[in-house]
Amino acid sequence: MTQQKTREVVAKASDIEPGTSTVVTVKGRDIGIFNIEGEYYALANRCPHAGGPLCQGRIVALVQSDGPGNYRLARHQEFLRCPWHGWEFDIRTGQSWCDPNSTRARQFAVTVEPGAQLVKGPYVAETFPVSLEEDYLVIDLAG
Amino acid sequence: MNVPLRHAPASAGLAIVDCDIHPAYRSPKDLYPFLPARWQEHMTTFGEHLRQGLSGQLAWPRMMAAGMRVDSFPEQGPPGSDLALMRSQHLDANGVEYGMLMQLSRGGMEERNLEFAAALSRAVNDWQLATFVEPEPRLRAGIVVPQEDAAFAVTEIERRAADPRFAQILISPRSSDPLGHRRYWPIYEAAQRCSRPIALHVQGFSGGHASTASGWPTYYMQEHYAATTGMQNTLTSLVFEGVFERFPDLKVVLIEGGFAWAPALCWRMDKHWERMRKEVPHLRRPPSEYVRAQCWFTTQPIEEPETPAHLADVIGWLGWDRLMFSTDYPHWDFDHPQHVFKFQLTEAQKAKVFRDNAKALYGLQ
Amino acid sequence: MKVPFKGAIDCDLHPAMPSASALLPYLDDYWRDQLVNRHIDKYSFVLTSYPPNSPLSARPDWRQASGAPAGDLDAIRRQALDPFASRVAICNVLHGALALFNEDMAAALCSAVNDWTAKELLDREPRLRASILVPAHNPDLAVREIERVAPDRRFVQVLLFAMGEMLLGRRLYWPIYEAAALHGLAIGIHAGSTYHHAPTASGWPAHRVEDYIAQSTAFESQLLSFLTEGVFHKFPALKLVLIESGVTWLPTLLWRTSKTWRGVRPEVPWIDRPPAEILREHVRLTLQPLDLPKHDPQALARTLEHIGSDRMLLFSTDYPHWHFDGEDVLPDGLSDEAVHKLLIDNPLETFPRLRDGVAKGDNKGDNTRTNQEAVR
Repeated sequence: MTQQKTREVVAKASDIEPGTSTVVTVKGRDIGIFNIEGEYYALANRCPHAGGPLCQGRIVALVQSDGPGNYRLARHQEFLRCPWHGWEFDIRTGQSWCDPNSTRARQFAVTVEPGAQLVKGPYVAETFPVSLEEDYLVIDLAG
Repeated sequence: MNVPLRHAPASAGLAIVDCDIHPAYRSPKDLYPFLPARWQEHMTTFGEHLRQGLSGQLAWPRMMAAGMRVDSFPEQGPPGSDLALMRSQHLDANGVEYGMLMQLSRGGMEERNLEFAAALSRAVNDWQLATFVEPEPRLRAGIVVPQEDAAFAVTEIERRAADPRFAQILISPRSSDPLGHRRYWPIYEAAQRCSRPIALHVQGFSGGHASTASGWPTYYMQEHYAATTGMQNTLTSLVFEGVFERFPDLKVVLIEGGFAWAPALCWRMDKHWERMRKEVPHLRRPPSEYVRAQCWFTTQPIEEPETPAHLADVIGWLGWDRLMFSTDYPHWDFDHPQHVFKFQLTEAQKAKVFRDNAKALYGLQ
Repeated sequence: MKVPFKGAIDCDLHPAMPSASALLPYLDDYWRDQLVNRHIDKYSFVLTSYPPNSPLSARPDWRQASGAPAGDLDAIRRQALDPFASRVAICNVLHGALALFNEDMAAALCSAVNDWTAKELLDREPRLRASILVPAHNPDLAVREIERVAPDRRFVQVLLFAMGEMLLGRRLYWPIYEAAALHGLAIGIHAGSTYHHAPTASGWPAHRVEDYIAQSTAFESQLLSFLTEGVFHKFPALKLVLIESGVTWLPTLLWRTSKTWRGVRPEVPWIDRPPAEILREHVRLTLQPLDLPKHDPQALARTLEHIGSDRMLLFSTDYPHWHFDGEDVLPDGLSDEAVHKLLIDNPLETFPRLRDGVAKGDNKGDNTRTNQEAVR
């Protein structure tokens, strides 16, 4: 029953092309939905470093290197650079690349309903009392 | 597992003073109405004459968005050029009661043609008032002057001294000589006379020297850091040439140059001054005492030690009354007032850093 | 606080440099000819960084009635080695050849100084070790000198200046680090300037004390250069020793570089872990001068906590430079364990060559070892 309450319809799947994202507001929380090659991931639009609008950052590849002067790109369109301080986050896991053990963007599970589009017309969010705490509101978008 | 932003919002509920905001021109021609025709033409034909290899571009390209927060771009013009966006995104959103403007560009501090520099200085000071301060009373301008032409700088300072909308005097810490050099002293005399602090904001343009003692850095990661070593050198010069001794009411603000290095530098200055006192008999007090009495430091970009409480040690050594909060809006390494401190401050410390130190220094009500 | 037990390794000692005429026997005939016929041998090659009569250059009770401080081996024994019961001391002979623009002349004089050091110091006092002087502004000549001297394992380090032609992490200097790594030599950067540039980013300070204080910022810039250019990635066994650099500025650098790295990582993607970790592993600093406040006994302990490593500091007297009085070479408040690391463990870990035959003290020999793992 609790799970049913926390499922929120947030967007049409077709609205988000592969390699792109959109930011939706769910119960007062901004959440970015990302499409990586047909798989969907959602991150809170709030960088754990200093609260910047994380999901407005560029979707980028991961820059790797074998050594000084050597540069290559891997994992294209799987990373997000925070638009403020440029920290890199793995979109799939929310994990900060530079400090995997300590800094991670809050992530949410996203599923796409098979078959017909989920909704028609405007998206209607269920209303719930919102209590604003200092820490994140925990919202599960579990399928 | 996620690490939420656990600490209390440092500034929540406080009206703050932001000691470092960067306004910008929508276009270079924004200065033209404030420039005589002769200099408008000069600007168009010859442009600025700076000590760098690329024109209108930095030789250490920034990591993103011209060194700006990606979300700070208005519909038109560069970040910082749109007062409405600055208000909504920053002044209103973050409870800024007063904001100190830092216009570093095209104000003549780095211009090699000193006649042009003088014209730019006058123009940029008029532009600040007209474009930002008159429409937005929370903002304060700085009297931007070319430090290499001390005689002109003094006339411009005196021209603006009676206008309380100018809070301080901006010169470049990347000067052609160390700022303690006596050829800059007329500027300090004028500053002391009109009771304005000297504001030393980190400058990207060289005054004629490489940004390190062993030449030029390769990477932006190094050049970003060089601001802090340069600021240390500048402060050492002001102390040891006797600027603080000669001008006991002069106040100096070090902006965007870091502050965590200051206690260690003061210890170092004191230790070696003791040994070398005969070289500098004009200093009547240990260097650290001058710094404690006459210097202020802004917070951004703040240090983020692995153990946040270590920064509290450093600020304790520096003195909570020395430190003034700044955001550097709209630059990329901006500090947000609610997230800047990763350890808990007392109410008294918050009040000082976010508001009262700046209000006292700048005479704000 | 005095050194509490015997066996310390002093990582910065400054015997007086030889006079130019004392170097003549160590030069080939062309250079001997040049020095004599051009009267170059009348000059003393004193560096601007260390004016002989300045208080910093020598402690009053270490000055002699005649001759330069630390110019007499007996004085070195009596004043620098015995009072601290040091087992080993590393000599850094700071010679003005490093400031010459003529690369060949600089190289010839560096070689002469190194040979003089071996004969007049190392041969006569088994407790002494030395750094190899090289003309860094010509990396090929510097490598040649390293290769020439390296077989003498009493040379434990290559010496460079904090303020030189270019930032030392740059790739064109890498042959020097490759040679050092292959021969198990540390890289030592010592305070001082060739003054080929202004010593600060805003030009030339008026006073010597300002130039000296500015050395710490030069060390910061050099450290950052080694880090960002990836020298530690390329030479994973390399140890970088900062000599007479000051210590208390270090935490701010560790914090700042680690923070900035998170935002600029794609520019320098070979930095694959936090800079503070890399620097704690590869960088060492000698103890003197220890810039601490007079009236805060907690400052040292807090600073060491901020540094976050007990492996980075190396004992030094910096004899005969004046940084402490009497025999109080150590700061108060260090634990026994910390003192032992400072005096012995950290130096042994830092200088590979100190680990061979240190107890026996007989390190002349030509058993050059190469370390294939030394270079990536």
